[in-house]
Amino acid sequence: MDGIALLTITVLAVFVGFEVVSKVSSTLHTPLMSGANAIHGIILVGAIIVAGQAADPWVLAVALLAVVLATANLVGGFVVTDRMLHMFHAKKDPVKAGAQPEAGSK
Amino acid sequence: MSILDPVWTSLLYLAAAVCFILALRGLSSPRTARRGNLVGALGALIAVVTVFLSARLENVPWILAAIAVGSAVAAPVARRVKMTQMPQLVALFNGVGGGAAALVALLELGHAGEPWVRVAIVFTLLVGAVSFAGSGITFAKLQELMTTRPVVFPGLPVVMSVVLLAAVASGVAVVVSGSLPLAVLLLVLGLAAGVLLVLPVGGADVPIVISLLNAFTGLAVAASGVVLGNVLLVVAGTLVGASGTILTRAMAAAMGRSVAGILFGAFRGGSTAGSTAVSERPVRSSSAEDVAVLLGYAQRVIIVPGYGLAVAQGQHTAAELALALEARGIEVDFAIHPVAGRMPGHMNVLLAEANVPYESLKEMGEINPQFKTTDVALVVGANDVVNPAAKTSSGSPIYGMPILEVADARQVVFLKRSMRPGFAGIENDLLYEPQTSLLFGDAKDSLAQVLGAVKAL
Repeated sequence: MDGIALLTITVLAVFVGFEVVSKVSSTLHTPLMSGANAIHGIILVGAIIVAGQAADPWVLAVALLAVVLATANLVGGFVVTDRMLHMFHAKKDPVKAGAQPEAGSK
Repeated sequence: MSILDPVWTSLLYLAAAVCFILALRGLSSPRTARRGNLVGALGALIAVVTVFLSARLENVPWILAAIAVGSAVAAPVARRVKMTQMPQLVALFNGVGGGAAALVALLELGHAGEPWVRVAIVFTLLVGAVSFAGSGITFAKLQELMTTRPVVFPGLPVVMSVVLLAAVASGVAVVVSGSLPLAVLLLVLGLAAGVLLVLPVGGADVPIVISLLNAFTGLAVAASGVVLGNVLLVVAGTLVGASGTILTRAMAAAMGRSVAGILFGAFRGGSTAGSTAVSERPVRSSSAEDVAVLLGYAQRVIIVPGYGLAVAQGQHTAAELALALEARGIEVDFAIHPVAGRMPGHMNVLLAEANVPYESLKEMGEINPQFKTTDVALVVGANDVVNPAAKTSSGSPIYGMPILEVADARQVVFLKRSMRPGFAGIENDLLYEPQTSLLFGDAKDSLAQVLGAVKAL
C-alpha cells in the first residue's frame, strides 16, 4: 500500500477515534480505557507476521516473545473489560443483581 | 498456506476495523458497553484468523504455542484479579502491548527499504519502549512495590533532556543508516525515558498516566502498521491513539488538572508533590459510637466514597453500613465524584461489585442539590473532591474543579487516616467547620466500627 493511501486512512481514523468517545460519561472512563487497551493488542497480527517470516532462530525467539506479550495484551484486555462491564450490567438490573452475588468473586 | 487472496484479506481486515470502531462506540454507553467489548473481541478474532489464512507463514506451530502461552498467562489473571487491583492490571497489559510493538519494529528494521518506513520504525521503537517502561513503573506504583509519592531527584530535568536528545540523535542515525545496534540503543533510551517520565508522577495522578500511555501504545501500533503495510494495525492503533488522547484529557479535566501539569508538575516542584504540613487549628475528633448515633438517628445520609476507601478496600463494609442504615428506615445514597477511586469511574465498578444497587449511586450533578436536605454527609477517604476551596479560593491548585457540595449538609463526618492534605496538597477548610467531625483511622476499620455501633443502637 502506498504512503498517501495509508496517510489518508490514518487521518480519517484520527477523526473517528475523536468522534466515537467524545460524549462518554465519566462512569465509563475506566471500561473504555480498558477496552481501548485491549484493541491495541491487535499488534498480535504484526507479531504473527514477523514470527512467520523469521528464518534466524534469534529473530524467531524475539518475535515469539512479541507474540506472547501481544496475546497477553489482547486476551487479558478483553477479559478484564468484560468482567468490569459485567458488574455494570448486574447493577443496571437490580432484580438480577440480587441473584448474582457471585458475579464479582469468580 | 495462503488460502485467502489479497482482496478477501483486505475485506476481512476491514470487517475487523469496523468491529473495533463499533466496540469503542458501544463502550461509550452503559447499555451497549458489554456488547461493544464483545464486538471488539470478535474483531480481534477475525483479524488473527485472517492473518493465519492469508500470509505465507513459517513456524506456525511455534506461533500457536506462543499464543497459547500468552492466553494461559493473561486470561486467568484477568479473571481472578480483585477489582481494586484492576488499574495496575490494565497498566500491565498496556505495557506488554507497547513492548510487543517495539519488538516487531526492531525485527522489521532489516526489511525496511524506504526511509519513511524507517521513520515509522524509529517512532514505534521509541514510543513502544516508553509505554512499556512507563507502564511498568505505573504498575509498581499502583501495586505499591515502590513509593506512590512522586520520585524526584536533583538534576532530573537535565537527565530527562539528555536522554531525549540522545534518543532523537540515535533515531535520526537509525533512519539514515538502518543500523541494528543503534536501534537497540534507541530501545534502551526509550525505556529510560519511560521510567523518567512516570517516576515524578504522584500516586493519585497515575491513572491519567495509564490512559496517556494507552494512547502512546495505540500510536506505536499504528506506526508498526505503517512498517508492515498492514491497514488494520494502522486503523486500530490510530483509533486507540485518538480516543486515548481524548479520554486522557477528559479524565484530567474531571480532576481539574492539565495533562502537562501532571507530567511536569513535580519537575517544577508543583502541586503533585503534595504537602505534609499539618495545621494547628483545632478539629472535632469523634468516636465510632458518636458517628453511629449521628447516622442512626438521621433521616437522610449521603455517603461520599473516595480514593481512601478504594485503597483500604472498604467498599463492602460501606455497602453493609448503607444496608444497616436503610434497615432503620434511613434514606441512604452514594455520591460519586467523577474521579473517585483509583481511576475515573473506578468507584462505580467497586460499589457495583459490592452489590450496591444502581439507583443508590448518584452522579455529582444529580446529588449536589440534595445535600441541602441531608442530615449527615459521610465522607470516606475523600478530601479534595469535597474541598470548598475549589469553588471559593481562586489561588488554589484545585480551583475550578467540580466538587461534591457536602458543606451544605447539616452534619459532615470525615473518616480519614490523618490530617494530611489530599494529593493536591492543600488544606480543606471544611475540616475545621463547626458542623464537621472527624473519625481517624483506616477507612475499612472505621467503617466496621461504625457499622458495629449502628447495629448496637
